[in-house]
Amino acid sequence: MTNSNNHIVIVGAGHNGLVCAAYLAGAGKKVTVLEAAAQVGGAAITREFAPGFNVSAGAHLLFMLDKKVRKELSLETADLSFSQQNMKTTALAEDGNHLLISGDALQGANISDNDRLAMKEYWRFMNRFAGVINRLNNRIPPRIATRNRSDWISLAKTALNIRLMGKDDMREFLRIAGINIYDVLQENFDNPLLKGALSMDGVLGTNLGPRSNNSVFCALYRLSSLQGMAMPKGGMGAVSNALANVAGKLGAVIRTSATVSRILMDGDHVAGVELQDGEQIATDTVISSADPKTTFLGLLGARNLEAGFVRKVQNIRMRGNVAKLHLALDGTPEFKGLHQDQLGDRLLIAPDMDYVERAFNHSKYGEYSIKPVVEITLPSLHDDSLAPPGKHVLSAVVQYAPYQLKAGWPEKKADFINQVIDLVEGYAPGLRSKILHEELLTPVDIESEFRITGGHWHHGELALDQFLMLRPVPHSAQYASPVNGLFLCGAGSHPGGGVMGSAGRNAANAVLAIEKSGGQHP
Amino acid sequence: MRQINPKNKIQAIDLSTKAHYRTKVYQSPFYTRQEPLNHLKEWGRWADYLSPHAYTCSVMEYFACRNACTVFDLTPMSKYHISGKDALPYLNRLVTREVSKIKQGRVGYCIWCADDGQAIDDGTIFHLGEDDYRLCSQERHLDWLLTNTVGFEVKVTDETHEVAALALQGPTSCVTLKNMGLEGIENMKLFDIRNFQFEGSQLMVSRTGFTGDLGYELWIDPGHAEVLWDRLFEAGRLHGIQAMGDEALQMLRIEAGFIQCHHEFMPAHATVRAGHTRSPFELGLGWLVDFNKPNFNGRKALLTEKKLGHRYNLVKLDIDGNKPARDSYVFTKNNKQIGTVTSATWSPSAKASIALATLEVPHGEPGEELRVEIYYQKELKWSRVMARARVVTDVFYDPPRKRVTPPADF
Repeated sequence: MTNSNNHIVIVGAGHNGLVCAAYLAGAGKKVTVLEAAAQVGGAAITREFAPGFNVSAGAHLLFMLDKKVRKELSLETADLSFSQQNMKTTALAEDGNHLLISGDALQGANISDNDRLAMKEYWRFMNRFAGVINRLNNRIPPRIATRNRSDWISLAKTALNIRLMGKDDMREFLRIAGINIYDVLQENFDNPLLKGALSMDGVLGTNLGPRSNNSVFCALYRLSSLQGMAMPKGGMGAVSNALANVAGKLGAVIRTSATVSRILMDGDHVAGVELQDGEQIATDTVISSADPKTTFLGLLGARNLEAGFVRKVQNIRMRGNVAKLHLALDGTPEFKGLHQDQLGDRLLIAPDMDYVERAFNHSKYGEYSIKPVVEITLPSLHDDSLAPPGKHVLSAVVQYAPYQLKAGWPEKKADFINQVIDLVEGYAPGLRSKILHEELLTPVDIESEFRITGGHWHHGELALDQFLMLRPVPHSAQYASPVNGLFLCGAGSHPGGGVMGSAGRNAANAVLAIEKSGGQHP
Repeated sequence: MRQINPKNKIQAIDLSTKAHYRTKVYQSPFYTRQEPLNHLKEWGRWADYLSPHAYTCSVMEYFACRNACTVFDLTPMSKYHISGKDALPYLNRLVTREVSKIKQGRVGYCIWCADDGQAIDDGTIFHLGEDDYRLCSQERHLDWLLTNTVGFEVKVTDETHEVAALALQGPTSCVTLKNMGLEGIENMKLFDIRNFQFEGSQLMVSRTGFTGDLGYELWIDPGHAEVLWDRLFEAGRLHGIQAMGDEALQMLRIEAGFIQCHHEFMPAHATVRAGHTRSPFELGLGWLVDFNKPNFNGRKALLTEKKLGHRYNLVKLDIDGNKPARDSYVFTKNNKQIGTVTSATWSPSAKASIALATLEVPHGEPGEELRVEIYYQKELKWSRVMARARVVTDVFYDPPRKRVTPPADF
């Protein structure tokens, strides 16, 4: 083993690991990031899925990147640019009478004046409420039931933020924050297509249906970075590459194809990490951007933890229920009734809320949706670096596809792909004939490609009971863990998933604060 | 044997084959022998078993134990078989002490805690063989023990109902077992385990007990329970053998200074009120906490407690007068309330009113003069006395024969 003086090892070069590395390197720390894959980015990557066709293999839309991270790490000057910003959403109707949603403006689908007005109000209060969450996102969550002053100040600030919304908004926020989006949309709107599309915001990437509680919270969380949807030029990998460049310039060493197989202990303190090839790297500080189950039960091992804590980690809900479809297309697809200008929007197949709920029903019993909900993007329309000339890439999020499929994914995957393509073909006749290559990542594939337990993008369900000081579990919710020298910085920690970087930034701050106070919680 | 697979905790059990399906409570495999001796016809409960308070007179039973020997039915005690490659590291993570110090063929006392360093229960670890242990305790803990298996190659089996057990305690216990034909029994040292052939079965004997006296505990399959009882009483007939119930045991264990769950502490997982649990330090069991182990349940919290100090001291009180100070408050000489009595009895051997008490720190220094408030009733009239009490360090009854090997025949 080598000397561990002041040396920090970060496990995983996903966006959070890279953000954390950049901040710590910027603070003068010697940082090494170890990434198992051959390229940086984790689930925020661009990769080839068919010869000449590239796609954002995990997340495909950017709408949560922490503004502080952007600014403090000067990402815009680090080669990060966008092929699309403030993207609109088109809710597809089978008859071609689609609904265009642009912020709070609605167009098409015979939308009523009432719905138009209601949308203005809905958009206003949802963004206002999301602002409360926004102010929590880039803060280390306070601990409850402590006598620590900073914890109390942080809690008081949160209460004050809610109170400052005024009586009516505060009451409404407290009323809806924990309930389901089905009820809230039902209260506000008439148009089924509109409700179907908006309900998607409450369930995308999660293991929830519109009638599940926490779906309003998820919708608020998705809005909480208060920015429009965008596509990075070169795909999502461009974000990770920019972060890696910044971290590298600040002095962080990033090693790819370096798979950490376990975290080493010396007594009750972290002593280093061991790589799959047997190489050992000594360090007294390991920060893991892997999900909490992988970190604690896989890399560290339950026997180095106390049993009550292990039980809590085991009980983290993180079962993926989302698949990712990538199609290489020969030519531009055509959607019934969709104007060429709208083809580059975010296209949704969620014709009404009951459709979405029914799609979810199957997954509760270990079956995939017969008629799934789909979020489609055609990134190559905006970015010709992704596909050969005249050809296109279709990237779609497909729900629901449960991690534990009763019939087994190896047996059923081909059927599911066919079914999804048939469904999209219904909206885009002739699509099938244009397909040159297809790839579908089930949660099991996501688990193995991105090393996320359960294939859950967010490293743990986004829910009020797994948020703030409860994420991932109490006693590791302030990025420090019960094990001396082991920290978390991934999406499994507060605030959660999405290409955001807040967890990485908060974790770096937590590590620095603990170091400053001599190893104790500040 | 009721084996529980940790991955599938709930297994259908055919209740129709279980006695308690009809009786709502198990009868011990010794029941047919206990029942005729139970002149009082009063039965208490120990978990899901019938357990006699007393057979005839608890004081007589007490004296039988201190002067001859008594038989107490231990079957209701929780018994967990822990085996497999990781049995030792598993136990070391579970309990606070270093388990590797309990050699094969030996028994060790231990306590285990929740993550917050608060006691769940105390008990004994029997090191039966290589990677083979039995954990015994008063309360049931299968769920916690299975929770602890994650990450270990270990098999945990609840064998409470598959092992019948008797405690034979008192000065004539050794000679009784010798009479019964257990050759070499007199060579067993305190905390030793030995196996004997017995009526075509295997009888395990440990030199352990809960009375603070010379004594043994006998472990056998339930099919041989009755013959063991019969042979024991036959062998001990001329040595004053008696059956003993729980009331006498309470007097004995308080004299010996032994703590008991639900008296001196509440099991952490069954305690809902914050602050109502106790740490090993607060139970006087700091000597069982080994911080040289890199990890065990409660370690971090106990390290903090060691640094910042604990809240309570558990002490032994020698109290003036002859009235047991049950459930009494404890006061300083200046009438400041500083604690409560957790267990109290008149000690016939020490000829004193004695108690175990929990006191707020810094109280509990040896020799400290205190007061206990005793309420007592005479023909419906209540009286109150503020009795003087002193903190003492020695246990109230500690005969050398407990440790002497070989023990005298008496």
